This record gives sequence, C-alpha cells and structure tokens, in this order.
Amino acid sequence: MTINTMAKGGWHRDQMSCFRKMEKVIVAMQDPDMGMKMRNQRLLITVIPHAMTGRDIIDWLMKKYNICEEESLHISGLLVRYGYIYPLKEPRSLVLRPDESPYRFQTPYFWTSTRWPASELDYAIYLAKKNIRKQGELMEYEKERYSVLHKRINHTWDFVVMQAREQLRRKADRIVLECQEQAYWLINRPPPGAPNVLDMGLVRPHNTARVTLNSEHYKNEIDTCKRALGRNRVKSSICLEGFMKYSEQYQNHDPIMQGCLPSNPWISDDSAHWTMNLETVPTPTRLRVERWSFSFMELLNDEMGRREFMTYLEKEFSGENLAFWQACEDIKHGESSKIVEKVEEIYRNFLAPGAPRWVNIDSKTMDKTLLGIRHPHRFVMEDAQMHIYFLIKKDSYPRYLKSDLYKNLLAKGIVPQETKKSVFPFMRRQRHSSPSPAQVATQPTEEVGNAKGAGQAGTNSAAGSNV
Amino acid sequence: MAAEKAEMDALKKECDGLRTQIEAARKGVNDGNMSSAAGSATDVGRVQLKLRKSLKGHLAKIYSMHWSSDSRSMVSASQDGKLLVWDTHTGNKLVAVPLKSAWVMSVAFAPSGNLVASGGLDNMCTVSNIKAASPKTLRELDAHTGYLSCCRFLSDTEILTASGDTTCCLWDLETGKQKIIFTNHIGDCMSLALSTDENTFVSGACDSLAKLWDLREGTCKQTFSGHTSDINFFPNGNAFVTGSDDCTCKMYDLRSDQEVITYQDASLNAGVTSLTLSNSGRLIFAGYDDFNCHIWDSLKGEKVGVLSGHDNRVSCTGVPADGMGVCTGSWDSFLKLWN
Repeated sequence: MTINTMAKGGWHRDQMSCFRKMEKVIVAMQDPDMGMKMRNQRLLITVIPHAMTGRDIIDWLMKKYNICEEESLHISGLLVRYGYIYPLKEPRSLVLRPDESPYRFQTPYFWTSTRWPASELDYAIYLAKKNIRKQGELMEYEKERYSVLHKRINHTWDFVVMQAREQLRRKADRIVLECQEQAYWLINRPPPGAPNVLDMGLVRPHNTARVTLNSEHYKNEIDTCKRALGRNRVKSSICLEGFMKYSEQYQNHDPIMQGCLPSNPWISDDSAHWTMNLETVPTPTRLRVERWSFSFMELLNDEMGRREFMTYLEKEFSGENLAFWQACEDIKHGESSKIVEKVEEIYRNFLAPGAPRWVNIDSKTMDKTLLGIRHPHRFVMEDAQMHIYFLIKKDSYPRYLKSDLYKNLLAKGIVPQETKKSVFPFMRRQRHSSPSPAQVATQPTEEVGNAKGAGQAGTNSAAGSNV
Repeated sequence: MAAEKAEMDALKKECDGLRTQIEAARKGVNDGNMSSAAGSATDVGRVQLKLRKSLKGHLAKIYSMHWSSDSRSMVSASQDGKLLVWDTHTGNKLVAVPLKSAWVMSVAFAPSGNLVASGGLDNMCTVSNIKAASPKTLRELDAHTGYLSCCRFLSDTEILTASGDTTCCLWDLETGKQKIIFTNHIGDCMSLALSTDENTFVSGACDSLAKLWDLREGTCKQTFSGHTSDINFFPNGNAFVTGSDDCTCKMYDLRSDQEVITYQDASLNAGVTSLTLSNSGRLIFAGYDDFNCHIWDSLKGEKVGVLSGHDNRVSCTGVPADGMGVCTGSWDSFLKLWN
C-alpha cells in the first residue's frame, strides 16, 4: 500500500535519500579537478558560460562510474527530471539528449531538497514577475493558476507584487536567474499533462476520530483481550525451528533460490516447465511428487495428487473418505443456491444408514451433523469433515507415502534435463558484486552460471553502480 | 458525567491490565531468538536477480498488482483509470478493464481467474468478469464509508476487503451484501493477507497494529503491535511479515504470539510500501520509497540484494504461486519482472 504518513512536522522524508544521492553525483560533476569540463556554449546568438553538452554528461558518467551508456542515459535523465540539471535549448522538455544540446547545473539555492515544499507565495511572486516583465508572457495554464492564487492569497497580494518588482529591479545576471527559476518552477509546478516527479501521492489521514473511544469500545477491547490472553502459545524456540525446517524443505522447490529445471520460462523463453507441471500430465515431475510428502495439504491441493491418492484409497476400500471430504469442500466454496441439494446428496451417499459410500464418523459427531442437516448452511458439514480429514491424515496418508504406488511414482517422476541454453539464476555463493556490464565478455558461454553472458544483454543489472 | 468518566477509566485500566498480562504470557514462551535459531541455516549469499521483462502500457502511477493462480497472468491497476491483465510470459496485454473511478488503490485476481476486483477512493469494490467477451462489471460492493485499501478473493463467491473506515469486510458476491464486518482497528486499515487455509486473515492498519481474525466468527483473535503498511503471510502459514514507513519490516509468529525479528538497516531510510515472500519463505522482497526493492534473508535478518531499475517509488510487489520470480510495480508506470 502506498499511502504515506506525515512524519513529525509534516515532513515528507520519502524521497530525500534519493535527492542526497543525486546531489553527491552533481557535486562530483562540478569538482574542479575530476569534474566535467565546462565550456561556453553557443545558444543561437548568445554565448552561455559554464554549460555542457548532453553528450559530455553521458560520457563523464560512463567514465566515472564505469557504467554502460544505457545506465548513464537513465541516471542523467533522472538528474534532469529532478531539476539538478536543466536544458537550455528546450526548457520545457525535461529530457537529456545525448548530443550537442546545452545543459547547465541548477544552483543549489533552487535544489529540490533545499526549497521544499515549494510555497504558494514563491510561486505567486514568480508568476507576478513574469507578468510584469512582459505582458502576455504567461502561458495559458500559468494564467489560470495566477488568477487562482490571486483569489486564494489575496490578503498578501501587495507583498507579492512588491517582492516581484524588487526582484526584477536587480538586473545583474537576470538571464541566468530567469533560466534557473524557470527550471525550478517547471519541476515544482509542472504544466498540466506533464508527470509530476515530486508527487507524494495520497496522504494518510492522521485522525483517529473515526472510532469514538467510549466505554462501548473499551468493553469490546476487554473481550478481545481476554480472548487473546487465552490463546495457546508455543515456545518460540520450537516455532523458529519450524521456520528453518520449512525453508530448508522447500528450498529445492523455490525457483528463485535454486533455479528450476528444465529452465525458468522467464529466462529462457521456453515454457517447457509449465507444460510439464500442468494440472493433468501423464507423468508428473519428481519435485512435484516429492512435495506431496511434505504435508497432507500439499497432496490435497494438487489435483493430480488427489487423484493418485484416490486410486490408492480405492484399493484399500476407503475411497469414500476422500470423496466425502471433497464433497464437503465443494459445499464450503460453492454457490449458496446449491447448498441444500448438495447437503442432501452427501447425506444420501455418505451418511444415511445403509448409504452406498458410508463414512465412519463417531456417533457424537454424527448426531450433531444430522441435527444440523435439518437447517443446512455452508459449514454444516464442518465437524464431520474435520473428523474424516484427521482420520485420513493420521492413517491412510502415511501409509500411502510408504506404498509401492507412491514410491513408483516418485521413481518414475521426471527430472527434466537442463536446457542447453538455459541460464541458471544467479543464486550462487558469490561474495563479490556482479562485474560491471561495461567490463564483461561479449560471448555468452554455455556453462551454468552464465551471469556474465546474460549481463551483456543490457538490462539493468541489480548490482548497478552505487552512488 | 463524573460517573461515566470513572467507568471509562476503570474499563481503560482493566484493558491495560489485560494487555500487560498478554505481554507477560508472550515473554513467558520467548525462549529463543531468530538469529540463534537461524545460525545453522546455510548462508544465502548475495542474491542477484536480473530484470527479465519490463511491462509498459500504463500511463500513470501503478498502485497495485496481483498474480493469478496460474502464475502466468497478472492484473495491475494504475491511476490512469485502467486495470490491465497481462500475460507475463509474452508481455502481451490480455484484457483492459476501464474503471469508473481512476483513484484505484488495490486490485485482486480471483483464484479461478475469472474475476478481478478493484477499489480505491470511491469507497467501493468493483468486481468484473474478465472472461466475458468484454469485461463486464459483476458487482459494485458499496457499503464502506472509507477508501478501499486492499481486497482479496476467497473464491468466486466471497471477497474480503480492507477499508480506510477502519473495518474489514467479508462480502457474499452472489448477493452483493456484507456477510461479516470485522471491527476492532482504530485506524485506517491498510492491507490484509489471507492464510492458506482460508480460516483466518491478518490485517494491518494505521493504528500500527496488526490483527489476526477468525474468518468464520468475525472476531479478532490476536493483536500485534508494531506498524503496518503492507502485510503478507510466511508460506507455512504460521507467521506473517509486515512493512511500514518507519523503514523496517517485522516478522510475527502466530504460534508463539509475538514479534520474532525486525529487518532494518541503518542505510535504509525510506519507508516500506509493499512486501512479498519467495516460495520457501527464505527471501523477502520489500519495495521501498527509495525507488528500490530490497531483498532480505528472512531467517538471518540480513539484506542480501537489491532490485534497482525503477524511476520512482516501488508501490507493489508480488511473487506468483509457482515462485518463478518477482514482479515489482512502480509509480513510474512500469512493471518489472525479475528472477
């Protein structure tokens, strides 16, 4: 969920860390020794000092951080979009062109992190200046916002106009200041339709006023607490052991951790894995059959597993138990309108004296269930179903796992060959971070651990340069 | 007036007393900690996942995504007013569902794959049938008095919603009416997660509490304090993980009834927006406000990797049922698939 809390004092802390990182890059770029070479750029007839071309920026980033051009374009694009570098040629188009287009550094006074959030007053002064400077220079959307502001902060309007005039009076470096200011406001008050990079999203309301904390509430709380207090608790050492065991057991079955055979369809574009693991296949994979032994629910949740288990049960003449369980599940998750008829069918087939597939339930549960059937509802079979579930789990299930039927299935289970071209995920015990794509070999090898080859594909490497 | 106040104070005192007892009971069973238990686990090493696909198609911030149970289709919601159902393998868009209200905050796929649900600032949960020739609105569930922050299907006939009006609600889709309303939170409910056996679910809210509920009885079984912005179950169903905008994630164990580990790192000072776990539960993928998705070793509590590539905050993450990889959705309007 992406709703923020207003941290203390209403500060949005969210993107600050990104700004800090960007600022470090910018400072490095302006380093007198190792930074960028600035030159005078020609813009139409004027010569702008302290400017650089898009191409220079890309090249510098590539050299300094040892990254590929794609990544350099990405980073420099972010720097422009967040206002640390602004374009001189088409100020409204906040993209970084890797050519001769001129760019300049934004002055720290106008950095997003320094002057945040941009205030309405400042915006009003800016628009007023533009208006005074040249009548009709305001764009359509700026005129609208200007008049809205005029209404909203009318009480300080004199101040706004006075400030605007005062700032216009100071002529030194006016052009530069105008450029910088314009760039700042393009980002903080983007024109309609332009993406707002500083958008913080929906704000989470801070009030707890939705719930009145009266005695009614506390009485409920007390009930809840009493219930919570009475819960069964297990020692944490046992629980933690449980997590460890689970992770270990499932590690081979976790494609992100161990890869998957024949290949991960996302990597190799080969959907063989999915075909092999469809609901119904002639021969299941060994991993799948292995999973059935992890827990009874694993077996029941797999349609094929259920079918195989049913075959085994039929041999032992106890298939009606599983059939009963399945019928109860069907009632629980099916349509309400069919509940009555389904309950009747279950009674006829499984519970009535002399029923064709009579299930063995203890008398207490049976009585309770028969009583409940008079007023059938979704969970009327719950107790009986639980009873049978535990019966099968304790008795038939362990025997099934020891049976020849299961063992044969496991032995015959497919262990797919790793596809030649496949690339295993990079879950190796690598202690070093992945090599920069700029340095890797260009030939993909056929070995497992093809990290380097695949890395060439120009995708955003997870271990990208850290700023 | 004074009598009323006295009564309230007495009740508050009793409440606090009970809470202290619960904490004491929790301490009583706390005889181990995760780092010592995880000492024997094999090291995961550095996890490096590569970007496999970048799904482009949305025109505005993506707020939510959900995998289908077939692990191939996925639905995503964006504030451009559309739900897009993707075939992640080919990258094609299968269905586009136009929304009446563009302020969508959550989306869900039904386990059958026939229905999708979405909702947001319109306070409603809209359920659509995407298997029809053109997506048809099946139901508009309209009873919450606050925004819809999260929704999850139990089946084609039941859906669970969490809302900013501090309640969660179980709806019957056949009648379109509320079946059970879960009230106990005192802050906006932000997220919820269903247990695999569908008998319980956990919800997280702005009152920084996570609560465990009994789906059948509609009662709150337990309360965990911490914080929550997103919440998800550990695959064995005995624990859940929460993330919050205090920049940390926490894991809570249901059987020993307490928090077992906090995932925090001094260098991370961006809030957590969403999180999901890999199939074995060993890895936690948490999306942060700093545009990255960080990977944690759930047992050892260490940061083991990062997925970088988004240009804006990562708003949603999800691992499909077959665990093939992880999908991250972001405010930069792209969905990225990694493994």
